[in-house]
Amino acid sequence: MEVKTASFEKTASPKATTVSGAEAVIKCLLEEGVDTLYGYPGGAIMPVYDELYKYQKQIHHVLTRHEQGATHAAQGYARVSGKVGVAMATSGPGATNLVTGIADAQIDSTPMVCITGQVGSHLLGSDAFQETDIIGISTPITKWNYQITKAEEIPEILAKAFFIARSGRPGPVLIDITKDAQFASLDFTYKKCSGIRSYKPTPEINLIEVERAAEAINNAKKPMIVFGQGVILGGAEELFKQVVEKSGVPAAWTILGLSAMPTDHPLNVGMVGMHGNYGPNVLTNECDVLIAIGMRFDDRVTGNLEKYAKQAKVIHFEIDPAEINKNVYADIPVLGNVNETLKVLLELLKPNKHEAWHQKFKNHHQIEFDKIIKNDLNAERGKIGMAEVIDEINKCSKGDAVIVSDVGQHQMVACRYSKFNQTRSNVTSGGLGTMGFALPAAIGAKMGAPDRDVVAVIGDGGYQMTIQELGTIFQTKVPVKIVVLNNDFLGMVRQWQQLFFEKRYASTEMINPDFITIAKGYHIKAKQVSKREDLKEAVTEMMQSNEAYFLEVKVEQEENVFPMVPTGASVSDIRLE
Amino acid sequence: MEKKNFTVSVYTENNIGLLSRIAAIFQKRHINIESITASRSEVNGVMRFIIVVQVTEEQIKKVAGQIEKQIEVIKAFYHTDDEMIYQETALYKINSADFVEDLNIQDFIKESNARIVTVTPKFFVIEKTGKRHETDSLYEKLKPYGLMQFVRSGTIAVTKNEMPISNILEQFDTTN
Ligand SMILES: Cc1ncc(C[n+]2csc(CCOP(=O)(O)OP(=O)(O)O)c2C)c(N)n1
Ligand SMILES: [Mg+2]
Repeated sequence: MEVKTASFEKTASPKATTVSGAEAVIKCLLEEGVDTLYGYPGGAIMPVYDELYKYQKQIHHVLTRHEQGATHAAQGYARVSGKVGVAMATSGPGATNLVTGIADAQIDSTPMVCITGQVGSHLLGSDAFQETDIIGISTPITKWNYQITKAEEIPEILAKAFFIARSGRPGPVLIDITKDAQFASLDFTYKKCSGIRSYKPTPEINLIEVERAAEAINNAKKPMIVFGQGVILGGAEELFKQVVEKSGVPAAWTILGLSAMPTDHPLNVGMVGMHGNYGPNVLTNECDVLIAIGMRFDDRVTGNLEKYAKQAKVIHFEIDPAEINKNVYADIPVLGNVNETLKVLLELLKPNKHEAWHQKFKNHHQIEFDKIIKNDLNAERGKIGMAEVIDEINKCSKGDAVIVSDVGQHQMVACRYSKFNQTRSNVTSGGLGTMGFALPAAIGAKMGAPDRDVVAVIGDGGYQMTIQELGTIFQTKVPVKIVVLNNDFLGMVRQWQQLFFEKRYASTEMINPDFITIAKGYHIKAKQVSKREDLKEAVTEMMQSNEAYFLEVKVEQEENVFPMVPTGASVSDIRLE
Repeated sequence: MEKKNFTVSVYTENNIGLLSRIAAIFQKRHINIESITASRSEVNGVMRFIIVVQVTEEQIKKVAGQIEKQIEVIKAFYHTDDEMIYQETALYKINSADFVEDLNIQDFIKESNARIVTVTPKFFVIEKTGKRHETDSLYEKLKPYGLMQFVRSGTIAVTKNEMPISNILEQFDTTN
């Protein structure tokens, strides 16, 4: 008897039809509700592309200009829609070009399924043309991966792939399909996967732990919440807001938690971490109970662990048991989906206001405002500052746009200053810090949320890492708004060189091309501004555009992002200058 | 925290590539694997890896958590030496002429409870199962007579306490 290692939904599936492996792949995608995927063809995946041609009315394949772009677009799509993003590539170089996006999705818990073609199974291990061991390469950066060598395996494996990618703590899955398996035929029926015996997506709730958490919160004098992407991934935004409002606990976000709660909510006290806000960083080392919700204590959040919240009792709401005590010891670990644990918690919480404690956050905010924010927003110096641009975008978007940021100074500024009313609005590469992420991610984001404005905020450096995706924008006419904050520097690295390497600007100055001409080459509307008095009009024009729009803003070249927790320092030693 | 021997027992589905997935978890943290074995387990269709490493308890806890997180891993346990019954097997290949001529060798074999596995006109193969220091001590004794070949297996181990693995699997069967 065969051992049952996975279970599948018993819904009556239609009679089996005989199809090719390649067609089965498309049928599986349709069964999983995939309407858009991103990819790039080549020899080993051609049978699937041939089927995509036949199914083009049901499924939209977006031809990116590089496979890395396909993964980031799939990520952007997944991050705004909550659905699984799908990317496809051929074997060899096509597959290896996916690696950066897969690693990014793994560390940022983004549900994604990547499908790669592989040489025929009789050629495996022969160093055949475009043969790469993509299973070996992707093993440490995938939640799961699998090589299919027989057509019959396709429905069950793809069903598992989608189940694994989206369930529990989401992540990327790579399925490699040999060319012969794509050509061979099978009797196709599809049942969605509902369980795998060696995999427990969501740990069971331990009510005692939730009770202990509630008691600690109810008795706390100076409690503080730090919330991460887990709130969004768990679809627990509303519940979370109720928890915050009932308990009256000041709530700070990690970069990936941003937008889980409206930025203007009175209990939202800003961002923690290296370039986060002054108050929540300093007061992390003053609170008596630290309530971490759906976050993983990344080193960019904690700074020096030896000096992180040592005085506080730590409560950690988390879906992934391996995160408990990984970086910060949890006095009270509360395992489970926050969507369920917070529900129980909410009932047990006593209403509170913590007014005096809130006043402390306000006082710290005032210090930061006077020292930094005021200047950032109302600069009187020569060139435009990055924050002024974000502020203009806010004024037009009223906080309803999706902001997709790349990596660097502009990212920190975008995350510090963007206003958000809605969840799933901040798309950025947090854990991996992948330059080149934003342009393709914005394409996916706009397709995943077609009714929303999507604004990509990118540095002149990162823009040139995936600039070829302008071709995808041109071809698909996807109306994304692109803002390049051009300081003619790899600004974030330059900032470090200024602060920690005595201004030795080794290879950070960028001699940049004429970005306007490049955009025009792709027939994308484009404008450059360098004067403060032209900024408002330019941003407004971009925000009102119904087509794709490129705006280059020449910004102050040697601006630094503050506050800053230098590496190795404690969060409470955050520098204001 | 002080480093000591830990034995990690990993129960898994039988899957191509799982070994490298598990090995990568040690590699990523720069941990040297002292020994690793894989075999069937007491449960039908379930594999068991035995991995020995020298780390701190804090490290092994985290590593076991990361291993268990892998989709095809059913459960990962870790134990200290005194919580396990463990053995290694060594094979010693010796020139037959030496064996016949030197009575010492025959005594060594008897004293150490080793076993003769194969005899041919040219060579003998001796097998010794035991703790590392026991197979090492026989090695030292035989070495002067010219060992033609020597090999030792990874550690295999069972725990003194019960392994609740069947329960975990039964749970899946009844809930799905
Ligand atoms: C792929 C990649 N390579 C290198 C880095 C290191 N890095 C981080 S920020 C940065 C500078 C980014 O420059 P730019 O895109 O112009 O943004 P700015 O900081 O100037 O706003 C670099 C090189 C990275 N994060 N990603
Ligand atoms: Mg720059």
